[in-house]
Amino acid sequence: MDRAPVYARLLELIEPFNKKGIALAEATSFADDLELDSLTVMDLVANIEDEWDINMPLNILPDLETIGQLADAVVKLKG
Amino acid sequence: MTDLLSKFDPYIAEHKGLLDTGVNDPFGVVMTKVLSPTRAVINGRETILVGTYNYMGMTFDEDVIAAGKKALEEFGAGSTGSRVLNGTFAPHIAVEQALKDFYGTKSAIVFSTGYQANLGMVSTLAGKGDYIVLDADSHASIYDGCKLGNAEVVRFRHNNVEDLDKRLGRLPAEAGKLVILEGVYSMLGDIAPLTEMVAVAKKHNAMTLVDEAHAMGFFGKHGRGVYEEQGLESEVDFVVGTFSKSVGTVGGFAVSNHPKFEILRLVCNPYRFTASLPPAVAATAEASIRKLMTAQAKRDNLWAVSRKLHAGLKAAGFRMATETPESAIIAVLLPDQVSTVAMWHQLLEHGIYCNMSRPPATPAGIFLLRCSLSAAHTLADVDVIVSRFVQARESLATMKAA
Ligand SMILES: Cc1ncc(COP(=O)(O)O)c(C=O)c1O
Repeated sequence: MDRAPVYARLLELIEPFNKKGIALAEATSFADDLELDSLTVMDLVANIEDEWDINMPLNILPDLETIGQLADAVVKLKG
Repeated sequence: MTDLLSKFDPYIAEHKGLLDTGVNDPFGVVMTKVLSPTRAVINGRETILVGTYNYMGMTFDEDVIAAGKKALEEFGAGSTGSRVLNGTFAPHIAVEQALKDFYGTKSAIVFSTGYQANLGMVSTLAGKGDYIVLDADSHASIYDGCKLGNAEVVRFRHNNVEDLDKRLGRLPAEAGKLVILEGVYSMLGDIAPLTEMVAVAKKHNAMTLVDEAHAMGFFGKHGRGVYEEQGLESEVDFVVGTFSKSVGTVGGFAVSNHPKFEILRLVCNPYRFTASLPPAVAATAEASIRKLMTAQAKRDNLWAVSRKLHAGLKAAGFRMATETPESAIIAVLLPDQVSTVAMWHQLLEHGIYCNMSRPPATPAGIFLLRCSLSAAHTLADVDVIVSRFVQARESLATMKAA
């Protein structure tokens, strides 16, 4: 699957959680920049799973620190 | 040297900030005397306990106490060993038999706490290459069981049957799968649509585990839990429970009819690498479980006081976590941490103890004052509880105005 449209759509899915209205980029960090807590991450992950019809196992979440890494993971999971 | 505890500085600051507002510490309550299942002395004041999970009021039951004293004298203070070495005494076998009789199952395994029962069952049942599919609002012990094990863990939105179906549908057909559910969810006190969820699990060839910690004794004909109430006894593979709520002591367990269930004793670390329950605890649990089999009057009263508290608080204008009383957990929703702690503090000052709950224990953005009823509460107690909730709210309003 093409990464560019995945990344573009991810930004749209993340925007509602962007409470501080910061500029989103590849290197934007969920914990440090967006300050998402674990419960908010849960909501975002569920939305991503539905968008691409994938399961994102909890085990991989700690390694996905930035939007770019998340985009890579979605592409990989979608296969 | 890096101070390993410095990562908790934000928590230290937050907790200090909380206490600096002059409230009692919601996480530091001390009961200097326990007078009954529903009364204790806190801060020198006799307080009505409405947040203990002592659902069936068994903690001071005469027969339970007598059984404990007898075992304490006959078997000593502790087992000093694992169940699989020197730590299995007659009372441990007897309490497992009581569980088999209570649940009508072939097997019962007792752990030292309910937390360890989930830790052990979840981490051992699902191994490398298997999948665990769990409700997002699952108890911490279930999440920790996932962390301890090697399975892939997938989460579905709370009590959402379609979400569960979708996630199971995305897994490899031939893979081992365990769906983990709870009969009653302890934060909001809502019950699960187990009939639909277990049917979906079966459709995808998944095994099921249901934690009935908050339902034992008063859901279903025999008090086995929500799964019994919904007619799923031949469908659910494993049931996990605890002695720390309706049974009135401490300990955890899993029951099952699976023909290979007993092997878990030899392969489950949270079972075999820890000391067994003190024999007196096992004996109190056995006595309590046997009495719960016929505790119809307690059951009826527990439901009566739970419904009455829900109706009373709702009529008084409090926002309830569930539209109707679904279990013996009756939770009140508050807008944020400050107002929740302030109200909790006022309640304690008015002689009411309930639980203060906040994220991440609660779902995102939800702050609760959580009441749990006991069969030992009377309808008159409920009137007092409701009136003190109202008084506490009035005191807060007066303080704000001042
Ligand atoms: C759903 C659920 N499972 C398990 C447990 C753990 O029980 P225990 O207190 O026996 O460790 C609890 C109690 O907090 C619970 O609420």
